[in-house]
Amino acid sequence: MMSLLSLTDVAKVYRMGPVEVRALDGVSLKIERGEYVAIMGASGSGKSTLMNLLGCLDTPSSGSYVLNGTAVEQLSDEQLAAIRNREIGFVFQTFNLLPRTTALANVELPLIYAGVPRGERRRRALEALDRVGLADRVSHQPNELSGGQRQRVAVARALVNRPSILLADEPTGNLDSKTSEEIMGLFDELHRGGNTVILVTHEAEIAAHAERRIHLRDGKVVDGP
Amino acid sequence: MIVFENFAIALRALKANTLRSILTTLGIIIGTGAVIAVVSIIQGLQAMIIGEFQGSGATMIMVFPNRPERGERSVAKPVRLTLEDAEAIATRVPGVARLSPVMQGRATALYADREHGTQVLGVNEYYPDIANQQVERGRFFSTFDLEQRRKVAVIGREVLDELRIAGDPIGKEISLGQQRATVIGVLEKQGQTLGRNRDDLIYVPFPLGLTLFGKAAAEQVSLEIDAQSVEVVEQVQDGVRQLLRQRHGLVAKDKDDFHIFIQDQFLRLLSRFLGGVTAVVAGVVSVSLLVGGIGIMNIMLVSVTERTREIGVRKAVGGRKRDILLQFLIESVSLSLVGGAIGILLGYGLGALVVGVVPYDLPPPKVPIWAVMLAFGFSSIVGVVFGLYPAAKAARLDPIEALRYE
Repeated sequence: MMSLLSLTDVAKVYRMGPVEVRALDGVSLKIERGEYVAIMGASGSGKSTLMNLLGCLDTPSSGSYVLNGTAVEQLSDEQLAAIRNREIGFVFQTFNLLPRTTALANVELPLIYAGVPRGERRRRALEALDRVGLADRVSHQPNELSGGQRQRVAVARALVNRPSILLADEPTGNLDSKTSEEIMGLFDELHRGGNTVILVTHEAEIAAHAERRIHLRDGKVVDGP
Repeated sequence: MIVFENFAIALRALKANTLRSILTTLGIIIGTGAVIAVVSIIQGLQAMIIGEFQGSGATMIMVFPNRPERGERSVAKPVRLTLEDAEAIATRVPGVARLSPVMQGRATALYADREHGTQVLGVNEYYPDIANQQVERGRFFSTFDLEQRRKVAVIGREVLDELRIAGDPIGKEISLGQQRATVIGVLEKQGQTLGRNRDDLIYVPFPLGLTLFGKAAAEQVSLEIDAQSVEVVEQVQDGVRQLLRQRHGLVAKDKDDFHIFIQDQFLRLLSRFLGGVTAVVAGVVSVSLLVGGIGIMNIMLVSVTERTREIGVRKAVGGRKRDILLQFLIESVSLSLVGGAIGILLGYGLGALVVGVVPYDLPPPKVPIWAVMLAFGFSSIVGVVFGLYPAAKAARLDPIEALRYE
């Protein structure tokens, strides 16, 4: 059976003036449906670049990336946006909720771009918020919520369009340790429920939640830290 | 669907910055406000004038003498419309219902120790019917008064008030320039029409007018003719022209030494003038809209920068370029449309204020639907044109950079 995603010999090259920077240099990896994976590495190791590629925010300079049967490297901006909408659920370190917008409206956002009609959108957003334990906070705005609650809203937003992958970039980087545990508990639970979760982190403690760890150094996949 | 959602998003964004939004649209508000104010006043004027003419004026024909041009004065004899001209028209042109010669001048009226400068019109007994003017007390002068060259006068309400004639004014004698005249009637209050105060005037029989104003005024006599029906107006106009040319001894190559006005021509002239005024205002306003548009572009650029992260998030969760473009475009259009709407209300208010403040009897302002549509149309065009660049800038943002933006 085909893997959920597979990268083959992927490179990402940035040109900074006369200097070529190979942020990713021949990365090959496969991730199966339902896996719980942590991508680890120090800053500058290329893990952010890899996350951007996996999240279809960017396309590789060379090599191939097949996500759920689609060759991503060929896609136009428009098609990439559609893939992000359908296949990827992002959770960011800085939450990235829309300010002055209720939790409910924030969670509905991906559904708006998916063209889901209003009634169903609301129902599904409420369902997602209920799933992260915020059923009683739906009409609060981000500045009325704690950091942990904000990240839960972000997780609900990531879940709401039933993506193939939950892609979390340092999801606990802005949270205290107790709240971090709660959020990681939520990811564990989502994984047990059948979701594919990819964490990008430099913290071993966070990565320990995952079943598999992929280490990056200087743009290459390496065996251990 | 997405368009509707984008409207909601745009309105929320504008509401979040209410004061800024209003200040930004000030140019648009002032521009459309000015248009609506001017148009409403002009339209009100036009409606009033047309209404006025439709009362009695539809069958009205006016004949004026042409002043001889400078060089001609020595050779050509002074042009004048005479009483004989008037009589000839009355008897020989078919379709004429009533006719009056009109001579105008200013004179000082005296009664006891009161004096009042006013307009004096020398007319005949048919004039009240032609000009649609009613006598409230007493009577207008009769054919007999004219034939007997009696020195009588019919005065307007304002003249009556100014002269403070105590008791019944009928039968009182007033001085009018070098002449004396007996008041036989007081006109019904009329208010102002076409810039002429129709309460501040005195009517005297035409012969008395002649003695009062002399030879100079006789050269400025005009004729006012009431045709029997609207259908015969042009026929009467032609008849009058032929008869006057004949009487004035004009041959085929000569131009008319008089000109004839019918309501139609007058209205056409008037609407051309008012159209000109409207066009000038529109020109001034387009500059204001341009400035307003630049204001909108400026604030939209600020907004795009401020919301770089939001744009990144929207793109990350599946917003396409055209969604972002549409969102910001709708925002700028909403901004200018709201400005346009405020401007329309403000303009209407301003029109009403001007009408209320100026010391003339201006008609109530009238905002035609086309002006509203035009104001909205222009506002939305301004919104699109000046919103396009900021919106395109937002749509082109790289999501990775945008998400990283601090």
